[in-house]
Amino acid sequence: MSVLLIAEHNNKELRPFTFNAVTAASKIDSDLHVLVAGHNCADVAKAVSEISLVKKVLQVEAEHYENFLPENFATLVVKVSKNYSHIISSANTFGKNLMPRVSALLNISQVSDIIKVISPDTFVRPIYAGNAFATVKSTDEKKCITIRPTSFDAAPTSGGSATIEKIDGTEASNISKFVKREEVKSDRPELGTARIVISGGRGMQSGDNFKLITAIADKLKAAIGASRAAVDAGYITNDHQVGQTGKVVVPDLYIAVGISGAIQHLAGMKESKVIVAINKDGEAPIFSVADYGLEADLFEALPQFLEELNKLNTIQK
Amino acid sequence: MKILVAVKRVIDYNVQIRVKEDGTGIVTENVKMSTNPPDDNAIEEAVKIKETGKATEVVAITIGEEKAQETVRKALAVGADRGIHVKAEGIVEPLVVAKILQKIVDKEKPDLVFMGKQAIDDDCNQTGQMLAALLNWPQATFASKIGIKDKVLEVVREVDEGLETIEVVIPAIVTCDLRLNEPRYASLPNIMKAKKKPIEQLNASDLGVDTKSRIEQIKVEEPPKRKSGIKVANVAELVQKLKNEAKVI
Repeated sequence: MSVLLIAEHNNKELRPFTFNAVTAASKIDSDLHVLVAGHNCADVAKAVSEISLVKKVLQVEAEHYENFLPENFATLVVKVSKNYSHIISSANTFGKNLMPRVSALLNISQVSDIIKVISPDTFVRPIYAGNAFATVKSTDEKKCITIRPTSFDAAPTSGGSATIEKIDGTEASNISKFVKREEVKSDRPELGTARIVISGGRGMQSGDNFKLITAIADKLKAAIGASRAAVDAGYITNDHQVGQTGKVVVPDLYIAVGISGAIQHLAGMKESKVIVAINKDGEAPIFSVADYGLEADLFEALPQFLEELNKLNTIQK
Repeated sequence: MKILVAVKRVIDYNVQIRVKEDGTGIVTENVKMSTNPPDDNAIEEAVKIKETGKATEVVAITIGEEKAQETVRKALAVGADRGIHVKAEGIVEPLVVAKILQKIVDKEKPDLVFMGKQAIDDDCNQTGQMLAALLNWPQATFASKIGIKDKVLEVVREVDEGLETIEVVIPAIVTCDLRLNEPRYASLPNIMKAKKKPIEQLNASDLGVDTKSRIEQIKVEEPPKRKSGIKVANVAELVQKLKNEAKVI
């Protein structure tokens, strides 16, 4: 049987993690179909049809699919699910919101946030914020799965020419209503998807001192993170918090400044590709996960760091 | 208005978990346990709504082994009126939890059900959405602000792109994010008072819910260790390494 991936998009273009989800889904079964539901989303359907790993696109148009309300979306996915062995989406806020609702309607026990496909029914997923990996086998006949996008490469965006089939939708539920969306108006990348993250901890000593971090973040086009200790001390708002109770980040480069490396913080960043720790306490646990450790006073090191970066002046995006 | 709040007992977020040597799970014996952090936000929000006079009763429920009752007792100490403890052993999958909660909702008839967005042990992030599906109620997940307007709840949600505002018709399910509020600490007198508040005990098996796992846990292992890194002497060396060796800037 085929697998069905739910595309995440904004009615104009695909959200980038859909490409990672395509790769993961194609590892389960090569007969991959993608559901594009939205309003005036023909461009999205076309973009999906051009992904070489995609065999077929199902396009559904209705006003009540415009804002991806799960009450409307779940009944649609259930209706379409009949012919598929696996229903898949990415494990970001879109998929996390939608998939369990689909699962429960289908009486399926969902497998969340997989990082590896071992076989069509067996997967690896992180638990305890990545402090342990569980290998799990779904015994349900049909499977509902969300995938962690950062664990799979993005699929090539071109080379395909899948057929686009227009299908009928389901009725609107009328128990929920979209009001508005405020996208973070920032030149900085989102913390969850940034290529570089620089975080400050209690060692920053004050909120004002975070300007040292901001200057480097501007230079590196990095997102700004913080430890729970820095958030609890009121230096920075908690939407910046990296850790088990905050955001889990997997950037190419993570720079921890004045962060001792509490367990709960490490859980949120230790899968980063390269980790830098700057701390004046050479015994701080953060050094145990750092690829490059600098034992130094951050108030001297950060201005120097900025200066050295300015010298490079060849920073690629 | 009545609010049901689901709380889960998990290993405290400050504890370094250990994987069992035989790969069957995580060591939970002699480990500090606490309420799942965002469940604390769920309780806090429910109690705050009651304090504004918009809710008349807050009921805390947990599902799990005997000691799971402690989380209900803590909820009672910060302002919940009474508790329910549904006894169940071992791993109870989110779908089963949702089915148990559905039975309790049928009986208690709350107007709202609150819970944390995710438990920090299994990291599933499913239960609230599943319960909403089973009840055919609307869901407001990742809530960072809740406003009650007559028969409708206006909820600000934390999504990847930023913030999203939705309206859901009551009765509804809300899953709470950490930014929703600042959970209060229980005062000693309130902890004493909570000991007198009633906790109803039920058995999952008596509720007619099939508690069998559908997901087999084959093994649990530690994530691959990071290879040990190096200490650099100064900032200049660090920047050179990042540029030329790691090639990340």
